[in-house]
Amino acid sequence: MNRSSVKADRTATFLCWIVAFAVTGTFFWILWDLLGHGFKGISWSFLTTQPRDAGRSGGISSVLVSTSLILGVCLGVAIPTGVGTAAFLSEWIPRKSRVGRWIRRSLDLLAAVPSIVFGLFGAVFFGEVLGFGFSILSGGLTLALMVLPILIRATEAGFRSASEELRLGGAALGLRRATILRHLLLPAASHGIVVGLVLGVGRALAETAALIFTSGYVTRMPSSLLDSGRSISVHIYDLAMNVPGGEANAYATAVVLILLLILINSLASWATQTWLGGRSLP
Amino acid sequence: MSPSRGDRWLAGALGLAAALAGGAIVLILAFLVIEAWPALRQVGLSRFLGDSGWLPAAGPDGNFNLVPMLAGTVAVTAGAMLLAVPAGVISAIFCRYYAPLGVSHIYRRLIEVLAGIPSVVYGFWGLVVLVPWITRFRPPGQSLLAGALILALMVLPTVALLAESALRSLPRSYFEGAAALGLGRFTTVRSLALPAAAPGIGAGCVLATARALGETMAVLMVCGNVVQVPTSFFDPIRTLTANIALEMAYATQFHRSALFVSGLALMGLVGLLISAVERLSPKPAYE
Amino acid sequence: MSASPRETLDSPQKLQDACISTEGLSVSYAKSYALRDLHLEIPRGSITALVGPSGCGKSSFLKTLNRLTDLITGCRVTGSVRLDGEDIYQSGFDVLSLRRRVGMIFQKPNPFPLSIRRNLTLPLEEHGTQDSAALAAKTEAALRDVGLWDEVKDRLDSSAMILSGGQQQRLCIARALALGPEVVLLDEPCSALDPLSSAVVEDLIASLRESYTVIIVTHNLSQARRIADQTALFWLENGAGTLIETAPTEQFFSQPQHRLTKEYVSGARG
Repeated sequence: MNRSSVKADRTATFLCWIVAFAVTGTFFWILWDLLGHGFKGISWSFLTTQPRDAGRSGGISSVLVSTSLILGVCLGVAIPTGVGTAAFLSEWIPRKSRVGRWIRRSLDLLAAVPSIVFGLFGAVFFGEVLGFGFSILSGGLTLALMVLPILIRATEAGFRSASEELRLGGAALGLRRATILRHLLLPAASHGIVVGLVLGVGRALAETAALIFTSGYVTRMPSSLLDSGRSISVHIYDLAMNVPGGEANAYATAVVLILLLILINSLASWATQTWLGGRSLP
Repeated sequence: MSPSRGDRWLAGALGLAAALAGGAIVLILAFLVIEAWPALRQVGLSRFLGDSGWLPAAGPDGNFNLVPMLAGTVAVTAGAMLLAVPAGVISAIFCRYYAPLGVSHIYRRLIEVLAGIPSVVYGFWGLVVLVPWITRFRPPGQSLLAGALILALMVLPTVALLAESALRSLPRSYFEGAAALGLGRFTTVRSLALPAAAPGIGAGCVLATARALGETMAVLMVCGNVVQVPTSFFDPIRTLTANIALEMAYATQFHRSALFVSGLALMGLVGLLISAVERLSPKPAYE
Repeated sequence: MSASPRETLDSPQKLQDACISTEGLSVSYAKSYALRDLHLEIPRGSITALVGPSGCGKSSFLKTLNRLTDLITGCRVTGSVRLDGEDIYQSGFDVLSLRRRVGMIFQKPNPFPLSIRRNLTLPLEEHGTQDSAALAAKTEAALRDVGLWDEVKDRLDSSAMILSGGQQQRLCIARALALGPEVVLLDEPCSALDPLSSAVVEDLIASLRESYTVIIVTHNLSQARRIADQTALFWLENGAGTLIETAPTEQFFSQPQHRLTKEYVSGARG
């Protein structure tokens, strides 16, 4: 190696470390700031009392309930539709069929739709055309559309990873395709489904823009799925932007949101490991 | 093929699920067009680009100039990419070639965590930390600069992770060949790895751009939302997405239709970028 | 179908009770033939061994007999396959019950990643056994038939994947036998097993004679000689698998008629 190339390599090394330090530094800056301000606000009563004074004081219990309900509607619709679509794509039609190509293409496009556009669509279609108004139902259904592409892609990968022997062996015993799918392929695809669920729930929990015009702002404890309910991300946004003096509770809520995301991720990796471990016994 | 009745039911159900999932995007696009139609027809495309201002609440006689929002969107996205592309690609190079093994692993995890932070949290942090900090130099603080910085942070993981996976997928033989020729590390990376991984890295950058264009919450919270074509980095701006988020709550009739026009414009921009990704990489445009 | 001369019409087996008979059977993928114009009769309650070099259509032939070919995209079957005189390719034929009547064992043991018990009960339930006492009885009987009962009776609920290769293969055979099939197809069932397990499975197959009609694909000529009543040689001719010679096993090995059979049996080719 000549001297100029040694020098260039040294410059590149330096540059790499600088960027890495900057990114890492910013990360810890954000983390330190959020935890530093937010952690002290979290307590059992914060989680279990309702927001008061537009959220400045009180807790986030109704927000957590609305968030769970929205997630429940979202998953209740997205899981059957997503797993069904994945099964259709991977087990029912030939891999390179025209129908399959079109469905995959439209899912690719769906994955790229900005969340505010989902919000527009959800407000009009679920809110007005179907008449659900500003409600948990509208919000959950809108989110279901958003997470479908991720869920389908991961589940389809799970089905494809199931070995061909299962299909042949099942067919050779005269099992119906429904039985093969339910008892043999679905368990084999379960880790794909879990991965898709984690990614989907992560996206749904983090989503704000699509929910503002669908599930709305109301902080009251919802009494039915047709009530408006404020999700945790919307709560952070509203406290930060529209409520002077809402900062402390916004910090605490942001920390709760991040803890929830971490919890879901660890649950999923634990589940995947346990199941995969169970399957790969000697 | 199979005569069983249970199977026929299941086939029907699965087909229905697939039709729903595949039809969703068609439904969304159709609604965008239908809702945008009244404004498009009565106002016309030219006024969306040439009116004297943005006063859509006045009905068909109002002003419908989307140019400030288009300019804001393009400016904040360009600013973000200007930062995120080099930082992301260098991060990927760092991970693959320059970092010790343990550091590389930790750094990659850290970037994955950054990717998982919700945009509303980024926006909140920007609003309470970054904006006051900028205000010290040039008020008002809520500005194009703040938006670009936050967006850059948000899309950096997309660039870095996709670039890293593009670099990782290069065949080992490339590097064995380079090593056998006695090429240095920097030469190998610059003249061999980067060009070979360019399509993948490019696809990652375009995908990140699409994400930045469509981002709403973070820019809504830190950009100030003033309808104007920015002349400096410190000017507050309003993006297409923020415009929708701000006005949808009270928009009625014609005004609302105009907002759907901006939604349609946004979708058009994103669609263009996605087809560019498809051109760049044979793989589907998924993260 | 082509009207080629049917030697089998005059063969002595015609007089016996044929369980399966094929006429002008051809299998093609896209444009190439895997198997061309096959005429073969399988006598009831006997073991038929199919031998020949790799890639000459033996496995494809087996898959036509339980219509597993339906699962292969682009695979076309022409000609006829008759099971107890009924054409299994006629429209409206119940494929699922066909596969119950014609069991199949694969080269690599393929138990489901479920418990040992569930491997047997899942197909049994599918084919109409719902009563739990009956399920338990059939499970035990099938496991006894393959000599696995004493080895696994205490761990029926552990995963089938923890069994050894030979045990897994016997479980697969038990799973097929539990459904009470008439025909058992075996596609090189011993080739993925160690010699000891292989001997156990081979004895098991030999014991299936009388109760079942057995068709076994094997690369092991001495295995064919040990267990088969009838042996058939497949060969690749003009790019497609063809049936060269079928004869009672003793005659097949001691007085082969066809030149290829002679060379194959003596080890000169194949």
